[in-house]
Amino acid sequence: MPEYQNIFTRVEVQGPGEAGLALPPGGTGRRFGKPMHNSWLGRIGHSQIGPIYLGWYGVASIICGFIAIEIIGLNMWASVGWDPIQFVRQGPWLALEPPPPEYGLSLPPLNQGGWWLLAGFFLTAAILLWWVRTYRRAIQLGMGTHVAWAFASAIWLYLVLGLIRPVMMGSWAEAVPFGIFPHLDWTAAFSIRYGNLFYNPFHMLSIVFLYGSTLLFAMHGATILATSRYGGERESEQITDRGTASERAALFWRWTMGFNATMESIHRWAWWFAVLTPLTGGIGILLTGTVVDNWYLWGVKHGLAPVYPDVFPGMTEMSNPALSGGGDMSGGTATAQ
Amino acid sequence: MAWSFRKSLALASLGVAAVLAGCEDPPIESQQRGYRGVALVQHYNPEDFAKLIEQNQVPAPATPAPEGGQKASEVYQNVEVLGHLNQAQFTRLMTAITQWVAPDQGCAYCHNLAQGFAYEDVYTKQVSRYMLRMTMDINQNWESHVQTNENQTGVTCYTCHRGNNLPQNVWWKNADDPQNAAGMMAGWTPDGQNGPNMKTVYTSLPGNPFERYLLGGGNLTQMIGVQGNQALPNPQSTDSIQATEATYGFMMHQSDALGVNCTYCHNSRSWNNWDQSPPQRVTAWHGQRMTRAINNDYIVPTTDLLPEKRLGPTGDAPKANCATCHNGVFKPLFGANMVKDYPSLDPNMTREEAAQLRKKLGPDHGANYGLPPRIGSENAEPAVDNRF
Repeated sequence: MPEYQNIFTRVEVQGPGEAGLALPPGGTGRRFGKPMHNSWLGRIGHSQIGPIYLGWYGVASIICGFIAIEIIGLNMWASVGWDPIQFVRQGPWLALEPPPPEYGLSLPPLNQGGWWLLAGFFLTAAILLWWVRTYRRAIQLGMGTHVAWAFASAIWLYLVLGLIRPVMMGSWAEAVPFGIFPHLDWTAAFSIRYGNLFYNPFHMLSIVFLYGSTLLFAMHGATILATSRYGGERESEQITDRGTASERAALFWRWTMGFNATMESIHRWAWWFAVLTPLTGGIGILLTGTVVDNWYLWGVKHGLAPVYPDVFPGMTEMSNPALSGGGDMSGGTATAQ
Repeated sequence: MAWSFRKSLALASLGVAAVLAGCEDPPIESQQRGYRGVALVQHYNPEDFAKLIEQNQVPAPATPAPEGGQKASEVYQNVEVLGHLNQAQFTRLMTAITQWVAPDQGCAYCHNLAQGFAYEDVYTKQVSRYMLRMTMDINQNWESHVQTNENQTGVTCYTCHRGNNLPQNVWWKNADDPQNAAGMMAGWTPDGQNGPNMKTVYTSLPGNPFERYLLGGGNLTQMIGVQGNQALPNPQSTDSIQATEATYGFMMHQSDALGVNCTYCHNSRSWNNWDQSPPQRVTAWHGQRMTRAINNDYIVPTTDLLPEKRLGPTGDAPKANCATCHNGVFKPLFGANMVKDYPSLDPNMTREEAAQLRKKLGPDHGANYGLPPRIGSENAEPAVDNRF
């Protein structure tokens, strides 16, 4: 008989499609789609697809999201002269950029960042509507709203980057472009402009929670898989009715590190680490440029940045040739053009 | 199970192989150049480095010309730049320039042999005067960039030309900015940004760093520096992220042109802090200004002389950037001094000084350069290698 003891799912349960709980009477939304099974999906999750509940919030969210992606995609396509091959080839480089700094927070022409504002508006609307949906679906199923609040933490970081911080800085140009490489280059430039984000304590916290999340996820996933031969994957049952799987898992961690989380608390650990990653990250971004201009110098000021031995003895702040009046405009360049 | 473990393994191996196919062969050698733990390290692939050494050998110098005799200006007509040399020195230098710039075409590249050497109506001859004046200007006035150590390296025509009529690494203004689509849906990509662009080493950073920094006017220190000098926000620190990206793109070019990491000139914990920067940053600072000056003063003025095949898509002359001389090496030709053999190109160097330098550096000078860099771990002390 096959067992749950592999790192891949080897046991796939397929039965009659589950319709789920009945919707409360009087609701405007409805589920649609006849449930079907896909054995490939079953290898990584549940094999059943559908039915899906969209409702008005879901429909509105998808429409807004479609408009946003459409604006971004068409602008990118326009930037390669509507050439479909170049659109694919250069895809990772293409971007929809925010307005240049001279526009501040005013409304720029469409082709000077106006499309970026529109795309941002619709993307934000789509995300917020989707958040409402996760909240309402959870309530309707009688669940807690943990998923919605975890999502809200990610939305917080998104809003700080694209809306709250640019407004506080008084310039849309401070916001992130839409694009694959462009947003990565923006990230590097952002850290460079504000004197090295690694000296930002909230950035440090965010990294702690991010790496901590992956560590916790690995520890928890491994523990459950390792005890699944004793029914460890029936986590919720093990919370209230602790069985040998739970006992062994707890013993394992007490033996190896002297302390163990419980079947219940490990999920609080994971939830908080995950939620705190964008929460602290968002605070760090919000403080950058608004409250602190150069994080390295801030780190020096507060004894955070260590002083290393001077391996370039000839070099001082006075080595900057611009300070010694060293002909920054020399070589006839001052008169050129 | 229909899908066997073997099949999965084969598929996974194929996937891993496909991913790794884009990687560089190991080993990569690292050389520590600053205090440990701060990433002041240069990385080299020894195979690529060996190729670079091969590509950067210096041609053997001709026997020094005797002193005395008539001046070139007295013997030949229309000798504007080098008339002060004697006839032997002049002829020797002309021969060397032919070998450096036009080994295939010979004298005929710059001279109309039917009309005589003095004949003026050859564009290459006109341009070569600008280039000679430029070379002498660089050696005379830009010691801060080209003669920073006791070897007094300097530049000759060969530093850039390497046997080519046109140096291999030159740049023209962009005509193919990915922002040409007109109209409302303009796909706004400011400053040639957001397209694969070798000028910024395939980043999506602003794609016209040379037009911005290596041509025209403006205060380069203000244009390049973007970080504030105080911890807290202040009215002096107003540079945008866009300006930062432009600087970043230019730095990518410099790094690529010299075949070095960012940490060749910077301690990456604080880019604008000079106290912790390697001294090479001072040299680079002067190099930026030198390159802009020679583009403005010597290369742009040749535009009207050049035939169409030399002009860029917007009708501009082929211009210099860091790669024009460096060709992927931290010091052009690994710092080999060629000026000592052709002191006519350096108004600051007397023939006695050149002779002393030849004696000091020895006949194998040049060939000794480009030794594979030492690996930091072999040195107990932080290695600050003077060769760099």
